[in-house]
Amino acid sequence: MSLLQCGYVSKEELVKCPGFPSEERMAKGAVAVIECVQEIPCNPCEYACPQKAVVVGDNITNLPVLREDLCIGCGLCIACCPGLAIFVVNKAYSETEATVEFPYEYNNIPGVGETAEAVDRKGNVVCRAKVLSVRNPPSNDHTSVIKIAIPKEYADDVRGIKRRLD
Amino acid sequence: MKKLETDIAIVGAGPAGLSAAIHAAKSGARVTLIDENRLPGGQLFKQIHKFFGSKEHLAGIRGFDIGTQLLKEVEALGVDVMLGTLAFGVFGANSLGLVTDQRSYELTAKRIILAAGGQENYLAFAGSTLPGVMGAGAAQTIINISRVRPGKKAVMVGSGNVGLIVAYQLMQAGVEVAALIEAAPHIGGYGVHAAKISRAGVPIITSHTILSANGKDSLESVTITGVDCAFQPIAGTERQIECDTLCLAVGLNPMTELAWMAGCKFEYVALFGGHVPLHDENMKTSVDAFYVAGDICGVEEASTAMEEGHLAGIAAAESLGFIEKEKASRMKAEAREKLNMLRTGYFGQKRADFKKHMLESFACVCKENRT
Repeated sequence: MSLLQCGYVSKEELVKCPGFPSEERMAKGAVAVIECVQEIPCNPCEYACPQKAVVVGDNITNLPVLREDLCIGCGLCIACCPGLAIFVVNKAYSETEATVEFPYEYNNIPGVGETAEAVDRKGNVVCRAKVLSVRNPPSNDHTSVIKIAIPKEYADDVRGIKRRLD
Repeated sequence: MKKLETDIAIVGAGPAGLSAAIHAAKSGARVTLIDENRLPGGQLFKQIHKFFGSKEHLAGIRGFDIGTQLLKEVEALGVDVMLGTLAFGVFGANSLGLVTDQRSYELTAKRIILAAGGQENYLAFAGSTLPGVMGAGAAQTIINISRVRPGKKAVMVGSGNVGLIVAYQLMQAGVEVAALIEAAPHIGGYGVHAAKISRAGVPIITSHTILSANGKDSLESVTITGVDCAFQPIAGTERQIECDTLCLAVGLNPMTELAWMAGCKFEYVALFGGHVPLHDENMKTSVDAFYVAGDICGVEEASTAMEEGHLAGIAAAESLGFIEKEKASRMKAEAREKLNMLRTGYFGQKRADFKKHMLESFACVCKENRT
C-alpha cells in the first residue's frame, strides 16, 4: 500500500525516502525525519535549515535530501514545511523514552506537562504522551511545534496527538 | 448606459487578475479591475494553509497573506477596483457590459484580460438538495470567511487537493470529519495533504461513491457504496455514515462565458476542467483584444494563476506600448520559467504537456484563420 492508495506513508516508502534518517543516525539523538515522498515543486525546508542539512537543489521538484551528519535536530524545518511532513525524533532521549516533535495547527493546544494520546500516521492512538514543550514563535506563522515524550518502542510510529474536540 | 474607458480591463480580482493588474499598472497603463464579489482576492482569502512553491516565490506563506500582499500592491498602484460589479457581456470588439448597484455601464478597454476563475462541479444523487449538502468551496467560505461551522460532523466527497485541504480546515474549525470518499482507486491530491488528515484519524475510502443523502428536513446521514473499476456500484457494499454536512469536492470548471461571447477559439481539455479558450504564449486568445489568465484557461493552482496573470499583464501592456519590447521579453521569460517550474513533477508534468498542446492547437487555429 502506498501514500496514494491509503493516505499515509508506508514503511517501505519511508525507507526509500531521501529525507528519512538511518537507524544509526537515529540512535545518536534528535534528527529531522522528512516524510516527503512525492515530487512536488516545493523547497522552503532547504532555506529553513541553518545547518544546510536539507538539500532540494535547483530543480525544486526534487525530493528533499537529509544530510543526516549535518542535522542537529533543531526542528526549525518543522513549521516551514507547507505539507506538515517534517518531524524531529530523538530516540536517545532517555533509557525508556523517545521524543517526537511535530507540527500542530488545531485549536485546544495542550499545555506543557499535560498528558495526551499519541497517534500514528493513521490517526490510531498507540500510547500515552507527555507534552514537553509547545513552540509557536511568530516565525512559525501559527504552526505550533509540539514535543512529546513517548515509550521508545513507538518512536517510528507516533507522528502526532489526538485532536481534542471543543 | 454610461460609458467608461480604460487601457486594460481585467475581469476577476483573484490571484490571476490581481497579478495581471499589478504588472499592467506598473507599466503606466490605466487599469480597471472588475469583480462581482464584495471582496477582492478570489479564493485566496479562504486559503488559510501555507502554499507550496519555491522560497523566492511566496512558498510557505498562507494564501490569505498572499492575497493581502497583492491587494496592497494593487491599491498602491492606483488601480481602479470595481467590486460588486458583474461583467455580464461583451459588446463590439473590445467593450464589456457592467452592472453595479443596479446601474449598467459600458466599459471600453484597449485590452481585456479575462481572469474569471473556475466554479465547482456538482454531483447529482438522491437527496443532493437537502440542507447540509454543499460544495467544498462553499464550506471553506463558511468556515474561513464567515467563521461559522456548517455542522458538527462532515463527510467529504473527492480526494483532490480541494477535498483534502477543506477536510483539514473543517477540522481546524472544530468540525469532525467522519470520512473522505473517492471514486477512483487512489487519492487525487498531494499525499502530504492526505497524510495530514489521515493523522487526524479521517478514513480515506477509495473506490467508493455516494448513493444518497438521507434526512427528513436536513442531512442526517449519507449512504455510500463501493464501485468497480468502471465506477459502477457493487451491490452489497452499501453502508451508512451519520453526518449533518456533506461537502462535494468533485472538481472545478473554467468560467468561460465572456470568452465564448468574445468569440475566442476553444478546445476541450478534460484535465483542465472542460472547454478552455486557446491562447498563445503571451496569454492572448484568438480574438485580438482579449487575454486570459488563471483557471479560466485551465483549472490549476493559485501559484500558476499568479504567474499567468503576470504574463498576461505584461503582454497586454507591451502590446499597447507601455513596456518596451526588450524589457517585456525579459519579464515574460521570467514568468514562463516560473510556470514551467510549477508544472513539473508527478502532478505538474501532465499539465505542462497539455499547456504545450494548447499552444500548438492555438498555432493551428490561427493558421486556419489566415488561409
